[in-house]
Amino acid sequence: MPKLINLTGDQANTFELLAKDYEGDVKANTIVPMAFFMANREAVLNAGNVGIWIDSEEQPEELPETAKTLPVIAINFPKFMDGRGYSIARYARERLNFEGELRAIGDVLLDQLSYLKRCGFNAFDMRDDVDTELALSSLGEFTEAYQASNEQPTPLFRRR
Amino acid sequence: MYIYDEVDSRIVKERVAQFQGQTDRYFAGTLAADEYLPLRLQNGLYVQRHAPMLRVAIPYGMINSTQLRKLAQLSRDFDKGYVHFTTRQNVQFNWPEIKDVPEMLRQLADVEMHAIQTSGNCIRNTTTDQFAGVIDDEVVDPRPYCEIIRQWSTLHPEYAFLPRKFKIAVNACPSADRAAIAVHDIGLEIVKNAEGHVGFKVFVGGGLGRTPIIGSLINDFVAEKDLLTYLEAILRVYNRHGRRDNKYKARIKILVKALTPAVFKEKVEAEWAFLKDSENQLTEQEISRVKAFFTAPAYENLERNCAEFVAAQEESKGFANWIKRCTNDHKVDGYRIVTLTLKKTGIPPGDATDRQVDIVADLADRYSFGEVRVTHDQNLVLADVREDQLHALWKEAQAVGFATPNLGMLTDMICCPGGDFCGLANAKSIPVAEQIQLTFDNMDYLYDLGEIDLNISGCMNACGHHHVGNIGVLGVDKRGQEFYQVSLGGDSGRDASIGKILGPSFARADMPNVITKLIDVFVENRSEDELFIDTYRRIGMDPFKERVYAKAD
Ligand code: HEM
Ligand code: SF4
Repeated sequence: MPKLINLTGDQANTFELLAKDYEGDVKANTIVPMAFFMANREAVLNAGNVGIWIDSEEQPEELPETAKTLPVIAINFPKFMDGRGYSIARYARERLNFEGELRAIGDVLLDQLSYLKRCGFNAFDMRDDVDTELALSSLGEFTEAYQASNEQPTPLFRRR
Repeated sequence: MYIYDEVDSRIVKERVAQFQGQTDRYFAGTLAADEYLPLRLQNGLYVQRHAPMLRVAIPYGMINSTQLRKLAQLSRDFDKGYVHFTTRQNVQFNWPEIKDVPEMLRQLADVEMHAIQTSGNCIRNTTTDQFAGVIDDEVVDPRPYCEIIRQWSTLHPEYAFLPRKFKIAVNACPSADRAAIAVHDIGLEIVKNAEGHVGFKVFVGGGLGRTPIIGSLINDFVAEKDLLTYLEAILRVYNRHGRRDNKYKARIKILVKALTPAVFKEKVEAEWAFLKDSENQLTEQEISRVKAFFTAPAYENLERNCAEFVAAQEESKGFANWIKRCTNDHKVDGYRIVTLTLKKTGIPPGDATDRQVDIVADLADRYSFGEVRVTHDQNLVLADVREDQLHALWKEAQAVGFATPNLGMLTDMICCPGGDFCGLANAKSIPVAEQIQLTFDNMDYLYDLGEIDLNISGCMNACGHHHVGNIGVLGVDKRGQEFYQVSLGGDSGRDASIGKILGPSFARADMPNVITKLIDVFVENRSEDELFIDTYRRIGMDPFKERVYAKAD
């Protein structure tokens, strides 16, 4: 079982993640793949308790504007070295203006958390052996950064 | 030189603490080797054939005497007493222990140095002209822009896991391109537009390696204030769309080629439309803040060609030669730019012992305001030397082997570490360089030949930039034997071009002979003082080919 962590501690996972090839009805408390959502937009949005997940090669630009009302958007990291999810997350936050739970799923490692957070993620699906305290403390390893990011929209050079 | 403020220094120190923690977890067994790998790479720690290697950034090639002394001391305390200056304006320790690396990084942080993003699939050290700020012929000093790019790219949260490594180079000199911007992922050429405003010509998708390509111009004027947003747009398009299925097709050059430069540009500009007016737009204030670190040192009021300097050249041919070969005009009267050569026969190009590094630091303090620049052809530059002190400097440099006046000559080669040090090599490269240096040991003859770039790589990763050598040598593997493929006509400067293969490869023992024949053909066909590259462009490949592959009768 993966372990879900948010910015303050462990979080109960109330959503079931459905596989990429899922076909069938919209079920409450699930996270459906992006393709399923694109084919069943109204039903998913109307359910109110169904989220979506985006794989790293998918194009978030295709999402309708209404996707910002979803309760959760998850972004998959098939391998931790696949960094596309960072850009997808910034798209979700900065273009789609999504304010709900942005969850990193897949190969999510402790040492990526602070970058993930700066790109807008606020929930992380981690391996179950992860030490929550260590994970949370890794979020605070850097007290300042040069770039504008989702966490700090004003770059350092405008604050010096 | 840029000086860290409290924030710059805090970020570097926090990075060291983070890496200490990661290394502790690795040794405790709670961080798997394959998960530690990208983390150590992003801190410059690479594991090669014999031992780990630590690559430390020398941002755009600038280093001061305090930092040099720290490098020398670290090489004594944690390594074998020498360092290696690379073709990317970085410095490497070739034999540290992994467990010592956090401590080395801590000590480097004390002198405002770091190894952040010197390896791994991220934005690497930005490079520029080693004569930045001291030559006349320069649009503006490129270094403040390099520093702005350094800060923007350092620990950028979105681009730590790109498809592949990413290198940016900046040139501001209209008559020469010592930064080789045409063979970088992004090449920026600083220009002024008709209104006199500073901006950038943007080239993307150049590179060497397996698929050598010259970069394509995608925008001929990006205004100064738009520098970071435009870079951000390029990086985002690359991060989202660059190939990740095959590491040999993952560089941005492949994406630009697949999409065509025109379509790539469209994508970049569509992204840029959203970023252009964001808070990332540079402010005048920030540009001035950074520029203020690159002001002129306290030059004296001197005249050009003082009597003492002229007399010294008349007295000694050796000194005059060195002045001609190893120094360049300075924009300030009475000063010259000095290049100290690190390429003496028998020493791997770019290597310097701890003692030599200490001596360079000392020379810099006494002759050049305490600053040194590292060049992409693995030499060191003292940028601000008074003409009346050149003779004294020459004497001292000669005594320690830094004044071999072969700069730019055939024997001033770029050479990768090759099979002696590198796990990926097909063949050794240093012994080939040595053989050639021994064959061409007559300085007068070398001067007559004029400037020739000879570049050697031990495999097609092209660390020695063989594609852009006028003569390129590439180590290949033929049924388990080390062989060398030769190419001609490469050029990394203004008229950048990729060399063409001469023909079947040669055994190592034949290499000096092959090079001699190539040089003979050049000499026989040369008109007056023509350079090798120009003769080649005029007469083409065939005469060279015929001579080298002629059957002995
Ligand atoms: C000894 C250990 C070394 C190893 C294992 C190594 C490995 C590599 C590899 C795998 C690449 C190819 C990356 C690609 O596919 O794009 C590469 C490129 C490169 N290396 Fe090295 N390298 C080593 C040392 C050096 C040294 C000492 C230098 C400097 C003299 C150097 C300079 C470069 C440069 C400039 C490139 C980029 C070529 C390009 O633009 O594509 N490397 N290296
Ligand atoms: S070119 Fe090949 S042999 Fe030479 S250093 Fe690079 S990877 Fe090693």
